[in-house]
Amino acid sequence: METGRYGQYGGQYIPETLMNEIINLENAYERYKNDPDFTGELNALLNEYAGRPSLLYYAEKMSAELGGAKIYLKREDLNHTGSHKINNVLGQALLAKRMGKTRLIAETGAGQHGVATATAAALLGMECEIFMGREDTERQSLNVYRMELLGAKVNAVTSGTMTLKDAVNETMREWTARTRDTHYLLGSVMGPHPFPMIVRDFQSVISREARAQILEREGKLPAAVIACVGGGSNAIGTFYHFIPDEGVRLIGCEAAGHGVDTPMHAATIAKGEVGIFHGMKSYFCQDEQGQIAPVYSISAGLDYPGIGPEHANLHDTGRAEYVPVTDEEAVAAFEFLAKTEGIICAIESAHAVAHARKIAPQMDKSDSIIICLSGRGDKDVAAIARYRGVEISE
Amino acid sequence: MSNIANAFRNGKAFIGFLTGGDPSVEKSEEFIYEMLRAGADLIEIGVPFSDPIAEGEVIQRANLRALGAGVNVDSLFELVARVRKKSGVPLVFLTYLNPVFHYGYEKFFAKCETVGLDGIIIPDLPFEESGEVRSVAAAHGVDLISLIAPTSEGRVIEIARRATGFLYVVSSMGVTGVRSEIKTDIASIVRLVKSVTDIPAAVGFGIGTPSQATEMAKLADGVIVGSAIVRIIEEHGENSGAYVYEYVKLMKDATSGGQ
Repeated sequence: METGRYGQYGGQYIPETLMNEIINLENAYERYKNDPDFTGELNALLNEYAGRPSLLYYAEKMSAELGGAKIYLKREDLNHTGSHKINNVLGQALLAKRMGKTRLIAETGAGQHGVATATAAALLGMECEIFMGREDTERQSLNVYRMELLGAKVNAVTSGTMTLKDAVNETMREWTARTRDTHYLLGSVMGPHPFPMIVRDFQSVISREARAQILEREGKLPAAVIACVGGGSNAIGTFYHFIPDEGVRLIGCEAAGHGVDTPMHAATIAKGEVGIFHGMKSYFCQDEQGQIAPVYSISAGLDYPGIGPEHANLHDTGRAEYVPVTDEEAVAAFEFLAKTEGIICAIESAHAVAHARKIAPQMDKSDSIIICLSGRGDKDVAAIARYRGVEISE
Repeated sequence: MSNIANAFRNGKAFIGFLTGGDPSVEKSEEFIYEMLRAGADLIEIGVPFSDPIAEGEVIQRANLRALGAGVNVDSLFELVARVRKKSGVPLVFLTYLNPVFHYGYEKFFAKCETVGLDGIIIPDLPFEESGEVRSVAAAHGVDLISLIAPTSEGRVIEIARRATGFLYVVSSMGVTGVRSEIKTDIASIVRLVKSVTDIPAAVGFGIGTPSQATEMAKLADGVIVGSAIVRIIEEHGENSGAYVYEYVKLMKDATSGGQ
């Protein structure tokens, strides 16, 4: 396969101003990814600061309730900063530092990636600026203040649909203005090569651990691995080391919002078409003119009109399946997990839980399913209350 | 021989940009004639895109106004066909890649050829990814215009060697929009370009005042002005014709002063 390509997908579709910077990044990554000093420092931070390895928790009560496959939860929500985002952020921040950068910029949707980036910047003594759609700053105001507490400057993006896509646009614009001291710490497996590869490599720790953990617990591989998909970083991390295990179903859950038959969704694989945007060839929600379509999800982290190029290829080759999950199903799963297991997960991750509820009952009791709980749900409590029409004051 | 070369035949070229369909396709056509009357040597027509990542706020807003007015690629092809009937002036599109990809490369460039569009600038298509577009465009006699940035360094020669039409030298870091000062060493970039190609080099991004135009024209073969024109259209809307004429006249004279 051509460098930076996943089948026909991927590539480097970015302004000339950024090309040398992208090439420098790729060279730096190739130089450091197997450098013992670099990997040693990263692993120390992952273990001692972020709290890895994350638990693989057997959700016995949930499994019994669903009456089919055993459900295991990969607890990325227990990482420091509350999501899988820290895995990639620590890796890229250390890399940026070795490249001589002193400033990190990043997009964020729900705020989890922004919080993780602001955290790494604080820890490593770097400057930090986060770009977040204004609509998201409103629905995730707690995370905005969290980033500010960590010393980051948060820019509310008012262009376009004022959500994740526009935050990416604005971060790219900022990067074209200032590359010398600044690294764009991209938060998902998207954008131009080498980002989809770098982010996947740093997130693949999820499946490296999960595969060993399930073999130890069950003595065999799981029947299915399930994760939510926006850009797709926790999903690719959860899938990666299972890709060669052909008997393991890989299932990505896209945000179907009000339903894929309404205009209010962010289900890129279900409803999108092949296109070229944000540096990559992949699937995108777009109109008949090739204009990027406004998308919608209750979850700010899945509210993105594209999907990482490696997922596009996994879809085309049939190795992974991508299914739509509505707001209503996700909220119900959020509540179900809280009541059944005492775990309040992110509304993003609840999309994966929702699909597990659909398929587990049809599966054999000797089989197992791993769900990636990509984040914790504290940030979503107010929004869920609003969704249910409950008035609370924060 | 490319029609674009004609823009550079009579001294330093002034290249004017507007976003097609802002505030309407009819008005864009009128403003193009005003630019031509004022002496513009080449016209760049921006194809509006929902997410123009290389544009500053002025052109972003123009894209939204044009999309809001219901403009699409076909209506801009028709605009080009109408202008082409009245003038032989070199005409190029500036568009992001997705609308072209979605239209289909073959169909898009065949249409360019039919209506008489001479070239295309695609800010999110760097040299490395340009092979397929370049060959389809060339088969239809359309020049793919490459950009060179302040950060291009070792890439300048490779890009210049493959250049067609003209080379778009980006004056500054960042997105489009007028700037008070241009700090990049344009002279040395142009010198490098000239060491490998006879293709003309024009400077764009950030140029708004006559003195900047004169200064840049001294260093290169032409000057590209976009945001400053789009800002006039934003301010005066449908009544922008006379203002566009006055401004382009001033800038064309200043560009010619940079011989």
